[in-house]
Amino acid sequence: MSEPAPAPQTTVSEPAATLRVCALYPDLMNIYADRGNLLLLRRRCEWRGIGFELVPVGLGEELGRAGEECDLFYIGGGQDRDQKLCALDLAQVKRDGIHAAVARGAALLAVCGGYQLLGHSYELGEETLPGVGLVDLETVRSDGPRLIGNVAIEVDLGDGPRVLAGFENHGGRTHLGPGEQPLGRVLRGHGNDGRSGFEGVRRGNVIGTYLHGPLLPKNAWLADWLIARALGRDEPLEPLDDTFESAAHVEARRAAGA
Amino acid sequence: MAGRTLGAKIAVARAVGTVARRAGRGGGTSLPGKVLMRLEPHAIGALAGRLPQGSVAISATNGKTTTAAMVASILERRGTRLVHNRAGANMAGGIASTLLGAARGGGIDGQLGLFEVDEFWLGQLVEELKPRKLLLGNLFRDQLDRYGELETIADRWAEIVARHGAATQLVLNADDPLVADLGREQPRVVFFGVEDDAMALPEMQHASDSKHCRRCGHAYEYDAVYLGHLGHYHCPRCGQRRPRPAVVAERVELRGTRGAAFALRIADDGNGGGEQVATVELPLPGLYNVYNALGAAALCHALGVPFAEIVAGLEQVAAAFGRAETISLGERDLSILLIKNPAGANEVLRTLALEPEQVDVLAVLNDNVADGRDVSWVWDADFELLAGRVRRVTCAGTRAAELALRLKYAGVDPERLVVVPELERALDAARADGDGTLFALPTYTALLALRELLARRGLAPEYWQ
Repeated sequence: MSEPAPAPQTTVSEPAATLRVCALYPDLMNIYADRGNLLLLRRRCEWRGIGFELVPVGLGEELGRAGEECDLFYIGGGQDRDQKLCALDLAQVKRDGIHAAVARGAALLAVCGGYQLLGHSYELGEETLPGVGLVDLETVRSDGPRLIGNVAIEVDLGDGPRVLAGFENHGGRTHLGPGEQPLGRVLRGHGNDGRSGFEGVRRGNVIGTYLHGPLLPKNAWLADWLIARALGRDEPLEPLDDTFESAAHVEARRAAGA
Repeated sequence: MAGRTLGAKIAVARAVGTVARRAGRGGGTSLPGKVLMRLEPHAIGALAGRLPQGSVAISATNGKTTTAAMVASILERRGTRLVHNRAGANMAGGIASTLLGAARGGGIDGQLGLFEVDEFWLGQLVEELKPRKLLLGNLFRDQLDRYGELETIADRWAEIVARHGAATQLVLNADDPLVADLGREQPRVVFFGVEDDAMALPEMQHASDSKHCRRCGHAYEYDAVYLGHLGHYHCPRCGQRRPRPAVVAERVELRGTRGAAFALRIADDGNGGGEQVATVELPLPGLYNVYNALGAAALCHALGVPFAEIVAGLEQVAAAFGRAETISLGERDLSILLIKNPAGANEVLRTLALEPEQVDVLAVLNDNVADGRDVSWVWDADFELLAGRVRRVTCAGTRAAELALRLKYAGVDPERLVVVPELERALDAARADGDGTLFALPTYTALLALRELLARRGLAPEYWQ
């Protein structure tokens, strides 16, 4: 039997919260099971009685109301051809809407191919894909080997050091501008460029990372952090029984050797 | 002179295999071949060249082993002696080992080579084997950490076809746009496909991969989706559409995990046979096995096997190693269904969901190299199909906890989930809990480990036999 669906909140003093998630290009940028990230967000909201609304926005579509109303934006990874289509679309069709959303405090999580599009550009040999310009970084496709494997990083999002574990698989090397903060420090694996010892980027509520696997199932705590930030909550979310989540996190860390 | 040299190298490689097997190092299915390849890089070409009827090769993301088993069932029934990598070792080392095992002096014990080939190794092996026929079944999202992206493999296959298409006849799945397009400029292609509106899915599954036209990049439109991205598609921009297949399955009837039936129709090929139709009672389950049977039928048709013998051979096929194979544990049966990527797993899950009662499952997720180190794929597979349909799931393997978590988020009640990472303990726990058939869903290396475990207990033959 599936888990009982939580009763809808009707009698609360404050209006019932709903997390509105805008999934960017979910039919194209989904190569490393990105829907697992969205599933974590959905279930962890539902189990707490928080509403969950998913707004998919595809190629050629203006962000429109999603840009004004969504609390959290998600973009995953895709094949080269699809990533190129999305890069152009992000830069030409959605750029202003995303900048406005982030400026009003919406959270954004970009994973792998999506992460590579957050900065100025992604150079692929002769070709250069535009970035959406949310953070100061650029990515260059390397002639060297793809950086593949289990990975663990140490991050501090303000509550002390914690670990994120996942899997990385990228040909691009991402270089952060001088004022930009990485998401974390590599414990095991390659990270942004295989050399700097840093992984991902974080500026306020914007997070970019190469960690897939997918990321949130292996690190349920980050799903909760995103939900809380996106909803503008300062107090921690109601705890859930995370026996399975903790075991999967430990297992993923062990796979990475951390 | 050259023959004697190869003969000496064969003797060395065989000796290594014998030693490895005595030392208990697995089945040694590919080690002797690897040794031989090191001594003689073109050993595969040299040995395959001894086969009087040449070779046929089969590649696909899913269904290689079963399709080859079906072809073997059809051909062996009529007395063809095959050299066949039956155990599924399908990279160069495994195929070299198979040929090595069949080599006799300067000859070979067999008439026709039947080889399933790993999709990544296909170019190199086609170069060596120079197959008369090449069956390409499907391309799905698989182990991305090992294989790279799907389009990359499709491009690689297109190069193989461009190089060898003149000498090698292609047998292609018309319903997979990535595969069917390989036949665009090739003569003599035999296409196969499903034509049954009742099998169409209400919407495209999440794991669908090929969404854009190989020619112009526009999104395909589907009139029917059967399995993943397999179906009846066309490109609204450039007009590319599914080729009309000569070998067709109609009126498909799925019978849970027990089997399937369909009407096999082979079009008039102008050789005087006319159009032929017969019902095939397939002892293997699921639409995916109907596709495998169609591929096998099309390949055998291309080899000139009479229609009635194709039908009879398909009806007598036994499950290939770990593909819907059932083994008696004594008090209950163990039915083993390999899962290794989203598209394949979805078909297994769809089949399990047809069982009338809630099922007991032993699911084993490993992350060894041959499984793919990246276990993301379990989140792309539709484990939601099991919600409400399982009585107990015992999760095992190196990533048992990840699998249990996936099932929890798929809507399986956590109280029905047991996590026992170590395989032998997991098997015993699952076996002792409940009755009726226990369905094992292992990834590739978990399948090998499970099979060895059963062999050690005298319940199944060792897998290399």
